[in-house]
Amino acid sequence: MPKLHFRYEVDGDDFTRAGEASSKLKQSLKQLGLSPQLVRRAAIAMYEGEINMVAHADGGVIDVDIDTVAITIVMKDTGKGIEDIGQAMKEGFSTASEEVRQMGFGAGMGLPNMKKHSDYMKVDSEVGVGTTVTMKISIADE
Amino acid sequence: MSAARFSTEDLAASLGFTPLNQARLPAREITSVYCGDLLSHVMGTAPEGSAWVTVMNNINVIAVASLAEVACVIMAAGSRPNEDVIARADEQGVLLFSGAGQIFETAFQVHEKLQL
Repeated sequence: MPKLHFRYEVDGDDFTRAGEASSKLKQSLKQLGLSPQLVRRAAIAMYEGEINMVAHADGGVIDVDIDTVAITIVMKDTGKGIEDIGQAMKEGFSTASEEVRQMGFGAGMGLPNMKKHSDYMKVDSEVGVGTTVTMKISIADE
Repeated sequence: MSAARFSTEDLAASLGFTPLNQARLPAREITSVYCGDLLSHVMGTAPEGSAWVTVMNNINVIAVASLAEVACVIMAAGSRPNEDVIARADEQGVLLFSGAGQIFETAFQVHEKLQL
């Protein structure tokens, strides 16, 4: 399979469109003939990241690279950043607004779900500068 | 292959749930039943092919249902989506049903059918 690159822009504060980028990625991965399980994991991991971008960071940009080894998803925003990454990674910890919680998010599951559905995840964040989350989902291990 | 396969068409036909877009989408086999209202939790744990029972009815339910690849969404306890939500469900190929029963009762009805 040739190396492929996709880029998606995510709007901030628009929950009605959250998930569009993940849906598009899912369609592209399906067309590439990747296994349904792999496609599902990538789509779920990226959707959680999309929700975080909309809820906490006023949107951002997602770059996805696919080669024979892995799907690499890099989600970059210029939002407010994460003060304590270790705390943010804990299930149940959330700083989401009441509005976000009423929609069924903000349960402190986002980052843990992203970790669960990827084989590698790294969070780089600086308060006031932004956050970059890199996830890899192995293709070779299947 | 089991003769007693249970599909989304049986939800209206044998359990009386109200189909909201069944006429426009292909039926799907239901392999399990799942309950949840916290969308992030649902995203991480709903089994593919399950009938997802929830009281949530906002537009994000459709994204979650589509990405988690559940067989359908059953909005319980009289919960009904608005037209925008139904339109998005049509676009994404997510089958929607609605029922008056509470979540447990609704899920149990589906569960019983799956045991046959």
